[in-house]
Amino acid sequence: MLKQIEGSRAMAEAIGLCRPEVICAYPITPQTHIVEGLGEMVRKGEIENCEFINVESEFAALSLSIGASAAGARAYTATASQGLLFMAEAVYNASGLGLPIVMTLGNRAIGAPINIWNDHSDAMSMCDSGWMQLFAETNQEAADLHIQAFRLAEELSMPVMVCVDGFILTHAVERVDIPTQTDVDAYLPPYEPVQVLDPSDPISIGAMVGPDAFTEVRYLQHYKQTLALRLIPEFAADFKARFGRDSGGLLRTYRADDAELIIVAMGSLNGTIKDTIDEMRADGVPVGLVTLVAFRPFPTEALREKLVRARHVVVIEKSLAVGMGGPLANNVDLALRNVAGAPQVHSVIAGLGGRPITRASLHGVLRGALLQPWDGPRFLDLNERIVAKELHHVRKVRRSGPTAENLLRRLGQDAEISAVLGGNR
Amino acid sequence: MFQIRIHGRGGQGAVTAAEMVSVAAFREGRHAQAFPSFGSERTGAPVISFCRIDDKEIRLREPILEPDALIVQDPTLFKVVDVCQGLKPTGYLLVNSNRSLAELHLGAIVQRLPAGHALTVPASELALKHVGRPFPNAALLGAFAALTGVVHLNSVAAAIREKFPEKIAAGNIAAATAAHDAIAQSGVGASAVA
Repeated sequence: MLKQIEGSRAMAEAIGLCRPEVICAYPITPQTHIVEGLGEMVRKGEIENCEFINVESEFAALSLSIGASAAGARAYTATASQGLLFMAEAVYNASGLGLPIVMTLGNRAIGAPINIWNDHSDAMSMCDSGWMQLFAETNQEAADLHIQAFRLAEELSMPVMVCVDGFILTHAVERVDIPTQTDVDAYLPPYEPVQVLDPSDPISIGAMVGPDAFTEVRYLQHYKQTLALRLIPEFAADFKARFGRDSGGLLRTYRADDAELIIVAMGSLNGTIKDTIDEMRADGVPVGLVTLVAFRPFPTEALREKLVRARHVVVIEKSLAVGMGGPLANNVDLALRNVAGAPQVHSVIAGLGGRPITRASLHGVLRGALLQPWDGPRFLDLNERIVAKELHHVRKVRRSGPTAENLLRRLGQDAEISAVLGGNR
Repeated sequence: MFQIRIHGRGGQGAVTAAEMVSVAAFREGRHAQAFPSFGSERTGAPVISFCRIDDKEIRLREPILEPDALIVQDPTLFKVVDVCQGLKPTGYLLVNSNRSLAELHLGAIVQRLPAGHALTVPASELALKHVGRPFPNAALLGAFAALTGVVHLNSVAAAIREKFPEKIAAGNIAAATAAHDAIAQSGVGASAVA
């Protein structure tokens, strides 16, 4: 049924249709309305046979999900940002134990400095934890990906994070087609665990593994994710056949076939990029896009196939590995490793801590990639003026003070100057 | 695509207003995207919300920098923020106030817009009269429908009914209708032409 609905609410309804049996959540910031919606649905009896457990921390939320999943229940939780960090140990345990938990990540930045806004730092902090990670472009896809995520997780007995841009998607009200219970039931079979804690047939889960088998356990974990490279497109195709929508899959392309410059990006940013591409194409600039849905497993071969014919690849990402550059760009490099005549890869760091990414800025950076390509990471819309002032200050004064506070003070001064001069900075 | 930016103060319901416009447009079979400007929510602090309406899927996720219409829930905001920033030369301006645009010292802005594209509406007063509380949303949305013709009053009423319990909805619809009809009868705006 078509609804004009807040993203979080749409996801809650989709998750409810997946018949979760245990939902654990820590209900305060950084949390989304998703678990609020689910809590209400459980209380009203709209999700049958489901227990909603309010816990005392994110660490408890995931630990409880681990217990529930090991006992054979379909388990769900959600978090973001610092909440995910507080879960970290349990995040690795869930995947190491091979438990098919589904978790929504309403992507947000990580402090310090304190910041509640959207970027992909949280997802990146756990991208090598053994969870699969799928990124949604729209709220429709966010809803749909949850339905596919439960099937994928349970087929492989491996947890899945559905990554949804915090605020930009979770708080946006837009059109979402919510499937029927009958259709979801037909797509997602009841959970049949491969391992289960059952008092009548006791086993142990979570043994200590020494050097004799640790590598093999890890290898099999990695192998399972390579199987997902086949399953993700298969489940997306089945989803399309039943629901009529292109949601999920490893990646999608937009006007990329004859493109000289191909952008690679993840999440809601892809919509703004598509509008920018249409404008540039109208001016005769041959640009295209690869939207990555799956970040883990990383679709190395599928991506290589889409990129090899381009001259330039511009990776635009909402995350920064400090001291290295863009983690997604780094992964894209991997897809082009040892390829003769591979396109040049240019990295753009954008939208950190919620900074809006506008078409105007994208036009600038994409034209720049064609005219004056660069090697290292480029920071979109970086305020070079206050950066230069701060660097100068740090060189001059030993006790230069906290960076964040210094920058805020400089921004304030700039605003005062522009108010006096009556112009824009 | 028609883009609306709503300026209000925390607690006045700017986010709800954007959502209700989007629901009204959705009910007319169109695509709509409503979203808040994200920040710390404090009562009384300046807040912004956005709504895009189009006949095709809306992919754009940037904030609305060049609105086709501005809805201002509190006229004191003009002194605090650059409310009119980016407003298109063909745009609309709707301000909640029982004073005239000239009395609000908005003459210069009004002159830049086509005749009949800028209006004040006593939305808080209408809300007090019809709902008993000074929430200006419903009356502003009724006025918006009359001024721009982008959505129909019936769709605004339906959106209000979807959002509020029956009794509260009835008062809000009365406020929206009163604001709408006052503008239509004054011969200003799209509804007067239609």
